[in-house]
Amino acid sequence: MTGVPRSARVVAVALPAAFLGVFFLYPVAAIVGRGLTGDGLDRLLGLPGSASFRSVAWFTLWQAVVSTVLTVLVALPGAHLLARYRFRGRAALRALTTVPFVLPTVVVGSAFAALFDRFGLDGGAFRLRHTVWAILAAHVFFNVAVVLRTVGAFWEGLDPAVEEQARVLGAGPWRTFRSVTLPRLWPAVAAAASIVFLFCTTSFGVILILGGPTRATLETEIWRHAVWRGDLASATALAVVQLVAVVAMVVVTNRLQRRRAVGGRQSARRPQRPTGRLLGANLALLATVLLLPVAVLVERSLAVGDGYSLRHYGALADRVNLLPVPALVALRNSLLFAVVATALALVVGGLASLVVVHGRGWVSRVFDLGLMLPLGVSAVTLGFGMLIALDDPPLDLRTSRWLVPVAHALVGIPFVMRTLVPTLRSIDDRLREAAAVLGASPTRVFREIDLPIAGRAVAVGAAFAFAISLGEFGATSFLPRQPDRLTAPLALFRLLGTPGDLLRGQAMALAVVLMLLTAACVLVIESRGRFGSGVVRGDL
Amino acid sequence: MRRILTRVLPLFAAASALAACGGDETTGGGLSGGAPTRTPEPIEGQAITLVTHDSFWVSPGTLEAFTTETGVTVTIEYAGDTGQMVATSILTVGNPLGDVMYGVDNTFLQRALDAELFEAYESPALVNVPMSLQLDPGHRVTPINFGDVCANYWIDRFGDDLPVPATLADLADPAYRGLLVVENPETSSPGLAFLLATIAEFGDGWEKFWKSLRINDVVVTASWDDAYYGEFVSGGGDRPIVISYASSPPAEVIYADPPVDIAPTGVITDTCFRQVEFAGILAGTTHRAAAEALVDFLLSDTFQEDIPLNMFVFPASTTAVLPQAFVDHVVLPEDPHTLAPADIGANRNAWTERWTEIVLR
Repeated sequence: MTGVPRSARVVAVALPAAFLGVFFLYPVAAIVGRGLTGDGLDRLLGLPGSASFRSVAWFTLWQAVVSTVLTVLVALPGAHLLARYRFRGRAALRALTTVPFVLPTVVVGSAFAALFDRFGLDGGAFRLRHTVWAILAAHVFFNVAVVLRTVGAFWEGLDPAVEEQARVLGAGPWRTFRSVTLPRLWPAVAAAASIVFLFCTTSFGVILILGGPTRATLETEIWRHAVWRGDLASATALAVVQLVAVVAMVVVTNRLQRRRAVGGRQSARRPQRPTGRLLGANLALLATVLLLPVAVLVERSLAVGDGYSLRHYGALADRVNLLPVPALVALRNSLLFAVVATALALVVGGLASLVVVHGRGWVSRVFDLGLMLPLGVSAVTLGFGMLIALDDPPLDLRTSRWLVPVAHALVGIPFVMRTLVPTLRSIDDRLREAAAVLGASPTRVFREIDLPIAGRAVAVGAAFAFAISLGEFGATSFLPRQPDRLTAPLALFRLLGTPGDLLRGQAMALAVVLMLLTAACVLVIESRGRFGSGVVRGDL
Repeated sequence: MRRILTRVLPLFAAASALAACGGDETTGGGLSGGAPTRTPEPIEGQAITLVTHDSFWVSPGTLEAFTTETGVTVTIEYAGDTGQMVATSILTVGNPLGDVMYGVDNTFLQRALDAELFEAYESPALVNVPMSLQLDPGHRVTPINFGDVCANYWIDRFGDDLPVPATLADLADPAYRGLLVVENPETSSPGLAFLLATIAEFGDGWEKFWKSLRINDVVVTASWDDAYYGEFVSGGGDRPIVISYASSPPAEVIYADPPVDIAPTGVITDTCFRQVEFAGILAGTTHRAAAEALVDFLLSDTFQEDIPLNMFVFPASTTAVLPQAFVDHVVLPEDPHTLAPADIGANRNAWTERWTEIVLR
């Protein structure tokens, strides 16, 4: 970032560093320190010798690897479709893919079960409940959007002329994809895959509920030891292992991402219309994965006795039984938190991305690593860490209304960075140089070159941060909260905690409203991003 | 076998609760000496915080009645489920999130006491609370409500050819093979309570009982909602017996849609484990007098009579009158299983580990 004023550079480095330091590193260090000063260190040293630990660690690793590979395989054709073709319903399809983030695990689990039931598959040999297949299927369902969108947004910016040249030179479609498309796409694939991997490593409800009681990962074991057994020492020992593994994993994928990055040229080419068959096949795949569970959910929200009615929806505005505030208030809270969390994630993640792309040596690498970590650290570690670290003035934030959006932003930042960094890196430096030669100031170069080209990536990152905040349950449930700050996912969980068709119906209605809200907000956020990038692409 | 309660229930509750703990009414009878002298500290205008679990729910206006009465305003701070709330409070001991904690139960009580979470306070309102519920003679915690975790069954699935199982031991009978779903005691509160019921019933024989349950094809889930909505008939599953609460049948009626007159589920009273929930003044509070007033209020009829239809448990105070809708459908087991909190505290991790080996490995 030569030529950028020193003060701007200081802010770009200091703000994300302070945010990460105060809200993540300090709390995590505090809880790890507390746990290790007891028997934690002995427990940690004893772990390698424990057979049950080894099996938990192995299962954590392999389910995450397989889930990630499956997710990438399922999502790549769809990413291609979204990137290269224009068709009716494209924006809606994109928005729809982010919807799973806000659906509670137990609801998705029962939707899958109902689905298998309907096709007569959930019996005998095909029983899905409480198997590892249920875990893998759910991980694909929840994460397919990450690959679809981050890779799709990057793919859209790649010039298809290179592929066309390869085809002209006689390469078949598969060869073209492998030798031409994939190498250029690689940074985005690696970025998306690393996010999915971290998500699957720390996934909680999916493992516990869908996987059944015999399957455990580091994440569920940390929770079980800390909360159920009151054994902070063992929980901390496991948290340290998780932390070390996540750091190692992020370091490796960051390297892969950098080494394999091939500068792409930005394209101004208009996307084509797909052929009927290609569109049909891809849509069928996406619809199976995404739409059917959603359809089951909608059906249940409308079912009253033997018929259908909108009654459950009407009840959301009233004081629903067992909720301290009406469900509409919970939805409003979730929206407010999501707006604040998204703004925080955009500012912190945006600045950090600039530092990663333009910063020097270790600063760039530390930022690239550090801001990914919150995705891979258990909600228990972070939640409990915040409780004991942020408990003294001037930082007595334990009961502050800011804590929830801050925790949500920590999860959203990696998404902003993982969509933004590959795109910023792919911007041709000659473009910037040309602008500078023509007399543009560095800020102007940033405003006129980087920002518009990155507009789509920023919009995708923002959409993710928003959807994730709307649906976040884990970290939120570990922070103390006052009744009037209830969020929609917590309200859902509460409604599903007591028997009665009425409560269940209202929970389903709330889930559908939350889903529609997410899709609508994502549509709005992305239409802004497309506007920004569209204008400049036309100029190029 | 299902006992429909009548208006005399408060008395009956007291009697059965007394019976449940073997009549230790001689301990800690110092209450008759009258209320401890209250420091005449003015509390009007103070604001205090009640830390509680996510299931805490009161009617609008109930806490406001306390404010009207004392001039003290109360902020609720939810801290997750009971296990999470206790873990959180242990981490923040000395610098607590609030002034009073409500909702720690007898399965977590010893852990909370060992961590010295509470300051002792003997509320004058305890005169109306059966001694059998006063599980801490040092009055570091005050009992506020009680309820039972019991096996629930789907009535339609049983009849002349297959009678409802009557006892805990029946659940291991091959006639009931493949019918039961339980929650993992390592991850679920009702799951732990049910394990404790079997330990209270069979003593050292509990391991053998669970081995038979396993042979009888018991299904285990991680959480209550997965059991009730995933495996139990009520949520579309195929298992007609589930570990839930004695108050689940009334909830099935009160939250039915469309409305029904009779619950589709019943309770097997021989399988019940009694859970008592307590309130305690958190050590380190700077509003001791206001916190005492709040504990007194939690035992007042205003609060106690609001408990049943909101939290589906019984009020601890014998002076509270139960709402008819609750009385009409709820079952109060005559002789529920209990274990001393100190026993639970000392053994629960070993028990659940052993359970995991027997049932899951």
